[in-house]
Amino acid sequence: MTAEIVVIDYGAGNLRSVVRALTHVGGRTLVTSDPAALHGATAVVLPGVGATRDTMDSLQRLGLAEAIRDTIARGVPFLGICVGMQVLCTSSEEFGSHACLGVVPGVVRRFADGLKVPQIGWNQVDVATIAQGHPLFAGIPDGADFYFVHSYHCDLAEQALIAGTTDYGVRFPSALLRDRLAAVQFHPEKSGRHGLQLLTNFVAWATA
Amino acid sequence: MLKRRIIPCLDVKAGRVVKGIAFLAHRDAGDPVALAAAYDAAGADELVFYDITASSDERAIMVEVVERTAAQVFIPLTVGGGIRTVDDMYRMLRAGAEKVSVNTAAVLNPALIEEGARRFGSQCIVLSIDARRAAAEAGAPPRWDVFTHTGRDPRPTGRDAIAWAREGVERGAGEIVINSMDADGTRDGYDIALLRALAETIPVPVIASGGAGTPAHLLAGLRDGGADAVLAASIFHFGEYTIAEVKRYLDAHGVPVRW
Repeated sequence: MTAEIVVIDYGAGNLRSVVRALTHVGGRTLVTSDPAALHGATAVVLPGVGATRDTMDSLQRLGLAEAIRDTIARGVPFLGICVGMQVLCTSSEEFGSHACLGVVPGVVRRFADGLKVPQIGWNQVDVATIAQGHPLFAGIPDGADFYFVHSYHCDLAEQALIAGTTDYGVRFPSALLRDRLAAVQFHPEKSGRHGLQLLTNFVAWATA
Repeated sequence: MLKRRIIPCLDVKAGRVVKGIAFLAHRDAGDPVALAAAYDAAGADELVFYDITASSDERAIMVEVVERTAAQVFIPLTVGGGIRTVDDMYRMLRAGAEKVSVNTAAVLNPALIEEGARRFGSQCIVLSIDARRAAAEAGAPPRWDVFTHTGRDPRPTGRDAIAWAREGVERGAGEIVINSMDADGTRDGYDIALLRALAETIPVPVIASGGAGTPAHLLAGLRDGGADAVLAASIFHFGEYTIAEVKRYLDAHGVPVRW
């Protein structure tokens, strides 16, 4: 039997969609808002929809912010999705500049004026050199389309962490990788076959 | 590059898919979950379930249909029809819908858009507008009036469609579906002037609905009308064209599509 993947419940609207998709690809999930549950976790998924400020407030209120930092520092396989990627950055400009988890150096910025915001729809992810051949991207063609819904994006300070980029007026990091930490701006749980492939890969990679 | 979306729309009544011809005469066309899975496999970019159910018992069936669909179809699903309160939105989103669309209820109570956007985020809230071309004096730019209750008993609201769309976005709608009542059911093509008037003034995605009968109509809606997505029903439901055929046609004409 495969080990449990802890899916962090802090009130994100897409929690159940993420759980449904992980279950569909054979993952066994434990949905929890208990920071203690992260200590023994085999793998952790941080879903997200909405604003970084609300998300950070919720994570702090529930005592999850420190537990997430600790989990990532210990090298537990971790997948951040959408706002779950953004809050990994140092800070965010959404609704006034505020601190985020500070796991990776970078700032969360709004798309430039003149674009339709939020970006809603399918856009392609160009896989960066560091991610080519990585197990998380196995079976996913370079330039595959994924489903995005967001008004802000990460501006990462370290190029070496960028696993994929996407062009929406600006070229922004749509995936990041560092050791056992992975995060994506798009929604794999709503991205059809490529999204399911990425989640399948995560389950295999995280529970191997 | 962001792709233009092809979105099949399934009318659902008491848990079964029916196809509306000009909204009224219906004929049965199958199981929504099976159809949703088939459309996903065929390359649909999103799906819309439009609940044309009248009774609350049948609404409960819709929640169950959404749950079963969300357990096996992993592309965005929007549910519209009969969403009157934030609780209605919550039930559909919790069941697995990615978005909910509001129409008549938002005209009657515009604060519903704000309440939904505040609670679930703008990306969840689609404002659907039924519009009919208004009589205009010669030489004057065209205008469109918003109607409600378009299923059985269309009622003019006295609102201008472009102004209502703009207000809806200001209140928090993340996308606008615009359905031309003049074009709907004709299969003569979208109302391109209406699409263009919206696409030029609305800072969120505009989804064209009503009137498509051929791939050329979809192309015109996306390229000439500037729509970000096209909602289509009869063009796909009776197997006249596959989604892949339509996408190949759009691609050949320079419209970016997802494969």
